[in-house]
Amino acid sequence: MTKSELVQKLAEANPHLYQRDVEVIVTAIFDEIATALSRGDRVELRGFGAFSVKRRDARLGRNPRTGDSVKVAEKHVPFFKTGKQLRDRLNHSA
Amino acid sequence: MAGQTVTRAQLTEAVYQEVGLSRNESAELVESVIAEISGALARGEMVKISSFGSFAVRQKGQRVGRNPKTGQEVPISPRRVLVFRASHALKDQINHALARPGAAGRTGSPKP
Repeated sequence: MTKSELVQKLAEANPHLYQRDVEVIVTAIFDEIATALSRGDRVELRGFGAFSVKRRDARLGRNPRTGDSVKVAEKHVPFFKTGKQLRDRLNHSA
Repeated sequence: MAGQTVTRAQLTEAVYQEVGLSRNESAELVESVIAEISGALARGEMVKISSFGSFAVRQKGQRVGRNPKTGQEVPISPRRVLVFRASHALKDQINHALARPGAAGRTGSPKP
């Protein structure tokens, strides 16, 4: 399922809304999550999962082709942990 | 780092600010978005949200695990797990925001 398919499904389920507005809504949700993560906040959606940001310290990496060591700067990576309910759904019911 | 937790309430507020829906309807839409995505994943479908990331279901085979407390070996049954891969756009946004000194402030996002 892509974002546009998601928008389409939601638009079908909400005939009182313009598809354009549904698109705006879906975008607003993901933008809000992205903005929260950019502040270093966690986003917790019970039953679905939680997004967080993990810090990766600066390290000395290696160019696998040449073997040269290269400095890799500290960075922050987004991380998602699946919620219990969704995890169970993936494994029990269809 | 700010270290606060954003929940459905804030997502609802974001939707509420966007189009002329009531808070109740906004909350319902947030719920529907989560439900649609969960449903697709439960069916084993991959969900791709452009400029955000993708969720995929991966099948794991049986393997032998260990109870870390007792050291006893226990079989781990085959299962499906969910993996999230953030898009480059999301990774870049987060890194730009958090890399600059003092950028962890709570005012506005530096999105283009």
